[in-house]
Amino acid sequence: MLTSSTIQQWLSELTDPEIPVLTLYDLGIIRDIVVHDSGVEVIITPTYNGCPAMDMIASQIRLCLAEHGIQQVRITHALSPAWTTDWMTESGKEKLREYGIAAPEKRFSEPMDGVPCPHCGSEHTRLLSAFGSTACKALYQCQDCKEPFDYFKCH
Amino acid sequence: MPSTPRIDYLLHLADTNLILSHRNSEWCGHGPILEQDIALTNIALDLLGQARLFYQHAAQALNATAGTDTQTEDSLAYWRNEREFRNHLISEQPNGHWGQTILRQFLFSAYQHPLYTWLSASEDRELAAIAAKSLKETTYHLRWSKEWVIRLGDGTEESRAKMVDAVEQLWTYTAELTDAFLPEHAPMMQTVANQWQQTVEDVFQQATLPIPANAYMQRGGLTGIHTEHLGFLLAEMQYLQRSHPGATW
Repeated sequence: MLTSSTIQQWLSELTDPEIPVLTLYDLGIIRDIVVHDSGVEVIITPTYNGCPAMDMIASQIRLCLAEHGIQQVRITHALSPAWTTDWMTESGKEKLREYGIAAPEKRFSEPMDGVPCPHCGSEHTRLLSAFGSTACKALYQCQDCKEPFDYFKCH
Repeated sequence: MPSTPRIDYLLHLADTNLILSHRNSEWCGHGPILEQDIALTNIALDLLGQARLFYQHAAQALNATAGTDTQTEDSLAYWRNEREFRNHLISEQPNGHWGQTILRQFLFSAYQHPLYTWLSASEDRELAAIAAKSLKETTYHLRWSKEWVIRLGDGTEESRAKMVDAVEQLWTYTAELTDAFLPEHAPMMQTVANQWQQTVEDVFQQATLPIPANAYMQRGGLTGIHTEHLGFLLAEMQYLQRSHPGATW
């Protein structure tokens, strides 16, 4: 019989279109899976309201379930409780650093200098812009190794 | 389109976000430096995302009232005329120079922040969820625009002169921001107005900018009476859907 944990296993391989090292589960985007008589409902939550990746994420989920023979899929967007980087898994944060993006940290909830450089680990870093290449990131530069890097904002 | 005051209020929230988002997006590729071009485009995207949620919520309510399913976020954004738009006049004002765009964003975010704080406790649970989610984004917008107003106002002679000019251009549209859309909103909008006043006074003081006294205040956006700029904006924004109805990417 089809259970939500089986579906969860299938969906666990899906990754974020913008940051492909993170799975949707690492990000905390998939909130729940409900198996109805009439089909499967997947409840997702947007990171930022305007995030253009949400439509693509919804189609990835549909495609993945279609590959397992499930055609009746409803994707529900849940706004409350609002998504927070607190939901990001520890392994997700580690993968981000390895990928070259500084992971969200509570002590840097406000944009400010000093976010540890994901390349050399130095905290001698400078905030270049509170807005980065995607809604969820800010732009930094390391004053020691001189590399620019993205910081996944605490949200 | 049979509506109710509550639905009109949702449309007002949606329209203001959409129009300001459109104005900010006009800077895409034209920002003074790459980082700030990206910042303003990000803000435009946030506002568009918020507008979509308000439109979807309004469409659902309109369909429920009429017992049909004809309204969608797109029909509301593309198929209503100028007089049906309920956005604040400040949101439709032309971008002007960089300082004017920054000041418009600051004056708006300083209102939107306390507004969303209040709406987060709304009895309309969907509205409350949208507001609580959007508040996080507005916090970034307010912080960013505030820093720029201070930097430019308390900057060089030229940047200060441009900011003083921007204040003169935009101040007349600020009173409308905190007008109550529905009579029952009046007490809460008074609180929003007080917080707006406090934020603006604090930032203007740091930016060494004067607050105009006894200025004449323009109103009309909430009832669909707009400045001449909105029609041109809508003509550009709605052209494609009206020429090719239902076109998608």
